[in-house]
Amino acid sequence: MDEHFTPNIVGFLCNWCSYTGADLAGTSRLEYPPSLKVIRVMCSGRVDPVFILKAFLMGADGVLVGGCHPGDCHYQTNNYYARRRVALLKKVFETLGLESDRVRLSWISASEGERFKRVNTEFTEKLEAKGPNPTKAEVFL
Amino acid sequence: MPKVLKLNKGAEEGVRELLRFLLESGKVKGVLTLSKLNKNGAVAYLLITDPDALEDAVPLFPLMPANAAKLLSRLTLTGPANEPIAAVVRPCELRAFVELAKRSQGSMENMLFLSSTCGGVYPLEMATDGRIAEELPQYWEAIGKGDIASETRPVCKACVHFLPYTADITVGLIGNKNVGKECQLFLNTDKAEQLVAGFAGEVGEGNIESPELKQFHGKSEAEREKLFSEVQVEGIKGLVDTFGKCISCHGCSKVCPICYCKLCFFESEVGEYKSTGYDAEIREKGGVRVPPGTIFYHLGRLTHVSVSCVGCGMCTDVCPANIPVATIFDKTSQSVQEIFGYLAGKDVTEPVPLATFEKEEFSYVEE
Repeated sequence: MDEHFTPNIVGFLCNWCSYTGADLAGTSRLEYPPSLKVIRVMCSGRVDPVFILKAFLMGADGVLVGGCHPGDCHYQTNNYYARRRVALLKKVFETLGLESDRVRLSWISASEGERFKRVNTEFTEKLEAKGPNPTKAEVFL
Repeated sequence: MPKVLKLNKGAEEGVRELLRFLLESGKVKGVLTLSKLNKNGAVAYLLITDPDALEDAVPLFPLMPANAAKLLSRLTLTGPANEPIAAVVRPCELRAFVELAKRSQGSMENMLFLSSTCGGVYPLEMATDGRIAEELPQYWEAIGKGDIASETRPVCKACVHFLPYTADITVGLIGNKNVGKECQLFLNTDKAEQLVAGFAGEVGEGNIESPELKQFHGKSEAEREKLFSEVQVEGIKGLVDTFGKCISCHGCSKVCPICYCKLCFFESEVGEYKSTGYDAEIREKGGVRVPPGTIFYHLGRLTHVSVSCVGCGMCTDVCPANIPVATIFDKTSQSVQEIFGYLAGKDVTEPVPLATFEKEEFSYVEE
């Protein structure tokens, strides 16, 4: 495996918690790996599984969905639906022999800059160990 | 003990007579049933109001020219049927319609559902070359004995939901050794009992469960296991091997009863590949398949329909590239529906899994 492999992670972060948590990590000057490419969504419930699939098939090594902790959703309950969708997608991946652990769902609140850093670092390290996403090398997708 | 109407007529003739009775007595105003188009064995669904037009009706013909759920959804999309309709459908079609009704794509009100213990249907390609007519005696003999008829579609052979869950009337086909001369119509609801009142034949008590039905179930289970282990998609390479042949006609979504979106995501502006999209992919990968996005399309469709997929097999039937779409969808959907403790189309009152949630669940996906 390439020693200098730095994974590419696409992160769908909800506006109210996880994205703000990422902001806090920034303003607190916390250091974390430069692997995450953030796409801000209004709510984790906005993330249609096809968004994750698209990123995955375009060669993202990992996809992170970040939302408010259960019970704290800005729109009351939409992160619960997000959780069901991620569970569904992971099941589809497992049935077809795809690597479901390249998809990660994490609850990060607006005050959890530290947690944002930890999630990002952990996920990056895990993907580094796994190596590049095989979709990167596949042109027939 | 459930009520059963015993007729000294063949199953098909019995159902036809019942439909005629319902129309003539004005108990229903329309009948949706398969009907013969010509002598080659081509059949199509027909919505009949004239009792005489029932002459060419073949309500139990083992072919699915369209999933009836899709047709019923079209008829009732804007509201319940304004006159009562009797529809003769297969168990999977009924399940698909239940799913559509739950998704506000149709209404089950003012409808009488006749279904049967289904022995499966033949592939669509056998519809016009006369082969079904040749196979028919063998078909009825096999399911009469509780065996799986040969030449039927692979997903039909592997179907374990051949006993309709929400039909008003169930025609007993599996285990009926004398299907050309006698038949039993199980009356599952009060509505069914009221509607058949006045129709010839004796109403008694009976049980739809029979040794033949049990045997059929066992054989289907075995077929299911076999089929699912044969059709394996393993990882990205497996997906390319299986779906790489796809010509992107999107026929599978056109015939899918669950794919009801008027504007499909994959046919929308968002799903379209612009030249910039090609550029990006070529830059990254050094090549791009044209037409692009076939794997994305199938995986995406799986995430969209798998909670409601009933494994009706229409997608495989129409695939010009001979991809076993239905088998893969059926298999994946089964495992998806299992995690939600759900079976598509079984229970009208149970919400579709993605439209509901529990506060404490799936903690294993949270990291």
